[in-house]
Amino acid sequence: MMTPMQDLAFAALSGIVIAAGCLIAFSRNLVYSAFALLGAFVGVAGYFVLLGADFVAVIQLLVYIGGIMVLYLFAVLMTSGIGDVTLTNRSIATKASAPLCIVLIILLGKLIYTTEWYVAAEPTEIAPTTAAIGNALLTEYLLPFELASVLLLGTLVGTVALARRGVKVIKKS
Amino acid sequence: MEQLAITIHENYLWGAPLWAVNLIVMFGASAVVLMLFVAPFAGITSFVERRIAARIQDRIGPNRVGPQGILQFLADGIKSLMKEDLIPTDADKPLFILAPYLVFLGMFTTFVAIPFSSKLIVSDLNVGLLFIFATSAITAVGLVMAGWGSGSKWSMLGGMRAAAQIISYEIPTGLAALCVILLAGSLSLQTIIAGQGAYPWQWYLFNNPFNPLAFFILLASLVAEGNRAPFDLPEAESELVSGYNTEYSGMRFLFIFFAEWANLYIIGALVTVLFLGGWQIPVGVSEWAGGVASWFPQVLQFLTFFLKVLVFVFLIIQLRWTLPRVRMDQLMEICWKYLVPVAFVCVMGVALWMIIWPEGLPWMTYLLTAVAGLIVAYYCYRVIWQLRNTKATLEFNPFV
Amino acid sequence: MIQMQHFLMMSAVIFVLGIYTVVTRKNVLGILLGTELVLNAAALNIVIFGFYGNQTIESSIYALFVIVLAAAEAAVALAVGLTLYQNFKTIDTTETRELKG
Repeated sequence: MMTPMQDLAFAALSGIVIAAGCLIAFSRNLVYSAFALLGAFVGVAGYFVLLGADFVAVIQLLVYIGGIMVLYLFAVLMTSGIGDVTLTNRSIATKASAPLCIVLIILLGKLIYTTEWYVAAEPTEIAPTTAAIGNALLTEYLLPFELASVLLLGTLVGTVALARRGVKVIKKS
Repeated sequence: MEQLAITIHENYLWGAPLWAVNLIVMFGASAVVLMLFVAPFAGITSFVERRIAARIQDRIGPNRVGPQGILQFLADGIKSLMKEDLIPTDADKPLFILAPYLVFLGMFTTFVAIPFSSKLIVSDLNVGLLFIFATSAITAVGLVMAGWGSGSKWSMLGGMRAAAQIISYEIPTGLAALCVILLAGSLSLQTIIAGQGAYPWQWYLFNNPFNPLAFFILLASLVAEGNRAPFDLPEAESELVSGYNTEYSGMRFLFIFFAEWANLYIIGALVTVLFLGGWQIPVGVSEWAGGVASWFPQVLQFLTFFLKVLVFVFLIIQLRWTLPRVRMDQLMEICWKYLVPVAFVCVMGVALWMIIWPEGLPWMTYLLTAVAGLIVAYYCYRVIWQLRNTKATLEFNPFV
Repeated sequence: MIQMQHFLMMSAVIFVLGIYTVVTRKNVLGILLGTELVLNAAALNIVIFGFYGNQTIESSIYALFVIVLAAAEAAVALAVGLTLYQNFKTIDTTETRELKG
């Protein structure tokens, strides 16, 4: 079902994702880590496209890059002070956690390759999902949808409350 | 695109595997769009903008290279290419180098989903509109990167302003576009255009009284997202030297500015697709010329679309040299206190309108069209009146 | 040919890199970057199983909710981080330990 072009795309995306992930995990510069997030998000969005989830892919780009990533960049640039270019992003306990993580990935790999996964016949052609998602969100998944919007409202209010207090502290000093 | 690849594969390159042909056609199409359309458009727009600015400021503007200076952009491009590649000592080198490409990428990927006529489109994505909004977010990241990577305080402030502005104005943009998405029932740009007609009263702009409002919100917030005046705070030359591009020179500077001018086309194209009927030409004309699929209607469609886009490009350029720049707090106030709530009202209004009159309300459409026509007529009258008052002659040749 | 296992393996790699980031970073923002990777891996897993499983759009909807939660989490966590920075002038987790007896 996967054409050679999709194989090629998968390889390219994997390269991007692994490079970005390593930069996030190992870079000594926090700003590089934050910018590497872009690569990871774009790579995962590419996977979504390969897996036929076109709407999720675009939403991933829109929300993660347009919203979350810019938010992170703001936070990184604001907490470091504008003049401080060489940010350190030190790590602790690398000697203990690195072997553990290697063991974890080996275990997960073994799990993935030995388990008999349920695969429904042959995955079909990639079809547009937007209309179906819209219908499902307003019928079957209406309650989670509304709960999510309440959660977002709560987040909005809470974030503004937290951030405003900080502004007042600055004004006093 | 797929069919083109299959045709080439079957007729000319049967030896090569289909996926390779597909890949080549894909890259070829983007290269053609880039080299033959976007690059000249951005270049000529830069020249036109300078000439318009000059006329507004009672100067002459560039008029030396080529007839009336129209080749000025080529001269500037070559000059920039030959310049020394400067990287400031304080700059974060990898980020400084990468940033212009990201800005460029964010702008250029948008052209994948933008139609030129009913057949001429790189890929008619079924999530086209969201795709365009999503890729323009990459530009924001590129601008922050340029601001940070330059290692200069002006750049840094400019980059942060750009990011704040772009993510704030994405909300009214999305909400205003939602008014049209509700009516069209699709995110694909071609389907949205197909839902409209060639004549003004068939456009989504005049479909209901809320859409003109949404149109204004969309135009204003797209101008703000493109960092154009009166919302050009990230590169406000009176405060930040030149904002995020302060430290850039030569080729990299060219990349950033290339994206900025190409962005004008994107703004115009989005507004045209969503509200002004896109490439629609009267059905009679395309039938008379041998069906929609033949080449002549396609050219007509392209010209129609291009003309509508050009109107907006000129409008935005004139705005830049007419309106004063807003302050940063005013910018945020306009977005969060006015555009966002009004956009919400528009979305709710359009939804209600669709429930109450699912078939639309013809007399309202005609009324709105008539009002718009009167406004345009009054504008023309005012222009002529001003010209007569100042004893200036109405000159349609822009190069005088 | 790419199979389900390859996708799952990539998802596992993203997940483990995220976990490693969360465990080893001292900077609050660094830790948050790791959580984003973990959440992304989770969403990716859901979509993989949806695509190779029964081909319903439920997987997409779950992934969308993961993205919504990630957005909410990022906003709140960054606000907390900024408040932390304003109170302690640092966002190093090993130095902000006033509650520790």
